[in-house]
Amino acid sequence: MSRPSAVVITAPGTNRDHDVAHALHRAGADPVLVPIAQLAADSTLLANSSLLVLAGGFSHADALGAGRMFAISLRQAAGGSLGAFVAAGKPVIGICNGFQTLVRAGLLPGALGHNARGGFQCEWVKLEPQGGRCVWTAELEPFECPIAHGEGRYVHPDVAALDAAGQVALRYTTNPNGSMGAVAGVCDPTGVVLGLMPHPENHVIARQHPNRARGGAGLGLALFERGVAHARSL
Amino acid sequence: MVGRVQVVERITVQTIGPDPRNAELLVGAHLLGFPEITAISVADVYFIAGAIDAHVRREIEAVLVDPLLQQGVWGERSGVAVEAALLPGVTDSVAATVLVAAAALGLPITAAATGRRFELAGRVHPDRLGQLATKLLSNAVIERVALGTIEPHFVHAGVAPAATIVDLRHFTDAELAELNRERGMALDPAELRAIAAYFSDAGRPPTDVELETLAQTWSEHCSHKTFRAAITLADGTKVRPLLPQLRDATDAIDAQFVRSAFVGNAGIVSFTPGVTIAVKAETHNHPSAIEPFGGANTGVGGVIRDVMGAAHHPIATTDVLCFGPADLPADAVPPGVIHPRLVREGVVAGVADYGNKIGLPTVAGAVLYDPGYTANPLVFCGCIGVAAERAPLTGPNPDDLVVVLGGRTGRDGLRGATFSSATMDATTGDVAGASVQIGDPITEKLLIDLLADLHGRYSAITDCGAGGLSSAIGEMAEHIGADVDLLAAPLKYPGLAPWEIWLSEAQERMVVAVPPHDLAAVVMAAGRHGVEATVLGSFTGDHLLRVRHGDHVVLELDTTFLHDGRPQRSLVAELPVPHRNGAVPHCADLGAALLALLRHPNIASKEAIIRRYDHEIRGTSVVRALVGVNRDAPADGVVLAEPDATHGIAIGIGVNPWYGTIDPERMAHAVVDEAIRNVVAVGGDPASVALMDNFSWGDPRRPSTLGDLVAAVAACSAASLAHAAPFVSGKDSLNNEYTGSDGARHSVPPTLVITAVAHVPDADATVTPDLKHAGNVLVLVGSTSAELGGSHLGALLGGFADPLDGSVPAPDPAAPVRYRHLHQAMGTGKVRACHDVSEGGLAVAIAEMAIGGHLGVQLTALPHPDPVVALFAESTGRFVCELHPDDAAWFAGQFDEPTLQLGVVTAAVTIDLLHTSVSLDDVLTAFGSSR
Repeated sequence: MSRPSAVVITAPGTNRDHDVAHALHRAGADPVLVPIAQLAADSTLLANSSLLVLAGGFSHADALGAGRMFAISLRQAAGGSLGAFVAAGKPVIGICNGFQTLVRAGLLPGALGHNARGGFQCEWVKLEPQGGRCVWTAELEPFECPIAHGEGRYVHPDVAALDAAGQVALRYTTNPNGSMGAVAGVCDPTGVVLGLMPHPENHVIARQHPNRARGGAGLGLALFERGVAHARSL
Repeated sequence: MVGRVQVVERITVQTIGPDPRNAELLVGAHLLGFPEITAISVADVYFIAGAIDAHVRREIEAVLVDPLLQQGVWGERSGVAVEAALLPGVTDSVAATVLVAAAALGLPITAAATGRRFELAGRVHPDRLGQLATKLLSNAVIERVALGTIEPHFVHAGVAPAATIVDLRHFTDAELAELNRERGMALDPAELRAIAAYFSDAGRPPTDVELETLAQTWSEHCSHKTFRAAITLADGTKVRPLLPQLRDATDAIDAQFVRSAFVGNAGIVSFTPGVTIAVKAETHNHPSAIEPFGGANTGVGGVIRDVMGAAHHPIATTDVLCFGPADLPADAVPPGVIHPRLVREGVVAGVADYGNKIGLPTVAGAVLYDPGYTANPLVFCGCIGVAAERAPLTGPNPDDLVVVLGGRTGRDGLRGATFSSATMDATTGDVAGASVQIGDPITEKLLIDLLADLHGRYSAITDCGAGGLSSAIGEMAEHIGADVDLLAAPLKYPGLAPWEIWLSEAQERMVVAVPPHDLAAVVMAAGRHGVEATVLGSFTGDHLLRVRHGDHVVLELDTTFLHDGRPQRSLVAELPVPHRNGAVPHCADLGAALLALLRHPNIASKEAIIRRYDHEIRGTSVVRALVGVNRDAPADGVVLAEPDATHGIAIGIGVNPWYGTIDPERMAHAVVDEAIRNVVAVGGDPASVALMDNFSWGDPRRPSTLGDLVAAVAACSAASLAHAAPFVSGKDSLNNEYTGSDGARHSVPPTLVITAVAHVPDADATVTPDLKHAGNVLVLVGSTSAELGGSHLGALLGGFADPLDGSVPAPDPAAPVRYRHLHQAMGTGKVRACHDVSEGGLAVAIAEMAIGGHLGVQLTALPHPDPVVALFAESTGRFVCELHPDDAAWFAGQFDEPTLQLGVVTAAVTIDLLHTSVSLDDVLTAFGSSR
């Protein structure tokens, strides 16, 4: 089977780029890490790839707010080609800082505020896919993976409307950060752009689950397999 | 744009709803004795200079304010408030990012600065407001404050002073001592005389650059003069110098897996063919005492660079933190000392900030509380890295270029090594301001990525740590010589004197020796990764270290004198005489004692701290610091394994200052044993264990303090030999003392942190301490004696009448063989849970296993006739293991000594310890489980 190419865009401070590349590779894609400056210099990079990924981390050390500076450079580097990428129905995912960046770049609705408990939190969570229009999470089984963020509280003026539009993609079973409606991930109106705070890329083999001695749980890998399957179907 | 008016505007950005910083600040205010304050609200302030009109304001606001989360207000605010901003010279990276964003958006902004605004509610007297501002809301080491509104300070320029001459050739001892004090050089009288003699022979006076370089290179921090000193006991017996003692043990063990021990930046071992592992643990105590966030932050960054400086790719970090009691009354905090709770808050935030941002998991550690750490908190940071096995680097060679990579040089962290080598007093925080560095984990992350692409392009590498360029280039040039020009060094801002450039401890810099034909490739790779690479000069072969500042030679020293010219220190030691009398404290209520132990800050849950560290990044965590059904029980060691690998690495830590206070010799043996137990308990192979030592001690010039150190080092060597576990790296931090305003000296308790790193042959066959199934049996391996000296039960009950009474746990000669048998048994997968017995004894170990499994326990036998000894003695070498009943006889047969079946795991939520019983709910509450 062909391996769709996946571009993982990085900014200074992106740090889960290797983790997500590993997950994409296991899911059947062919990932390549691309610094944002390189994306700006080569307009064919996006056109020639099938998936676009914004990985987690602390781009620009979160100065000016999480994802802000990355969003500015993303718009500058690839504003137009990004729109064409989404219009072509190619899957886009932003994880953690990548989610914050997509929101600040205006590609996803809402905002991500300080966790309700204050401060950074690293713990495992269970996620329930909501069966909306998102190509990454539709028909996905519940799975578990870690969160690792300080600013992941999802805020939106009308979560019910977002839900009704099928744009709430993932919910926490517990709500670790005080997100409105326990929302962990949302998609754009087309369903191809997903943003989520948790890290499915850190649960791609059973050994990574902290309770594997008691049976473990569904892999986050399945989410990447859905995205790769969608990219293949285009 | 011509005609537009240049103005400075300010915008205050406040969170809608409570800012998470507010709650902790209010707790701090009450703790520091400001009960009248009812609320503190923090906001961020940005000062923007340029041609700013209404349109530009809207654009800036769109960048700085997220309307769903924040509101921004232009102009000055009124009301009761304190504002803080960074001191000139302290890097303002947020302001720098504002300029980058403005440039990207084409906004006419010429300068930016940031600050924080604190609005206070309550009836606060203006005089007290000032105290609060300096004690809680800001740190005078890096910030300035104003009551009301603060004025911005934009980038400052200055004229660079030249090097100065200090003619000490004919100084008397008293004049040398005065110079030593004035310049904060922390040198011994004999060392000062050696320097004066060198320049008399040279027929010229030294420059300030030369003096500062010698002070740094000869500092305790850099040259470990106590660990290399000639030591004599009171009876005249000569003691083998401490560093060679540890090396002797490593040489005698001659382990096949050791690649490099006690050389260079880190120890190097290899547990699997083709892969080497670099390990290093550092102390960052003094900086963390005066600026907890920045000190801990750069402690993490520094130890990561040590691993990079050993040409390895960092994969994980560890931290061991020692604080004064978090609930210490405000009036019990000595003058000039930061309250332990605020130290803890700053240190934990500093560790989390650096580790989380650089993208390395913070995987293991410990948090200890003792009044002895109130004025001298201790911060131990460790790092592990991996690399493909390759031939050792052989450079630098003559004509190789001196290339500095990474961050720019500023006035940060001047004289850090000499500062770390001095004791502290009430004024330390005021005068040592420049000794604290500011961390930039993003730049270091880029350096890690760059170095991954540079293998084969450099002949030598080291990091800029204490002493900055002087120690990095000085060490690299030791056997060859170098010639560098300080004017080539990229600076954060102009105006630095030559000695400041040469000594600056600005972070995130590495020095590599690059053969001329590889320079173009290095510069190109650096550009690709967004890292600055600058040639400062070249290595020569003339055995002279020569430093220029343009046309002026400001330093010219013989490398032999610089590195070997320091006279050996001579010290006298007085060995400790521990009582070792086997005293057992009286304990009326065993159940209450267990719950009180679980509540003790040293034993209670550390979850609130652990969860602030990203321990999941890289996807390598297999056994984490928190385990169990609800992930709320403490693990012994941790295990890391790359997702594609079959094997892993276990990390274990041993530390016990309460033993150290009474019996440093037994303490050292016990903590080596504990570190090894911790890796064995999770599945590490006891035949493949490497050790690191970190000694944090008082002033070794006091014979009793040195005697404690001598006893501990000897026991480290003995324990290392007994377990055939070689030391490969170590770092000592001495002079951890505080002189109170009453003139009395307070030393930290003798604190030895041992880090064990072990091979895990099968990463799928690891074991955790949480109980797995009702009906399984619990078995104790190892023997139990009346060893409650320095125990937590003893501390809980108020200690013995004579504080030196009781026996600190003795070494168990049968332990090494026992660990091998246990490891073999674990390889079968039949050991369902395993927990080492340490602080709080058997009762605490069993309670922690029950917490993890959310199950009950019914004991039917105890290992000693005295229930206090059986439940609370801290004898070393012991584990509690959980087995299926069918495997119990088989398990007992794996050992050539008796084991004891203690009882069974139950579904009932009770922990029945034979003589007493407590409910699991009470245990969870006491331990502080979050669930």
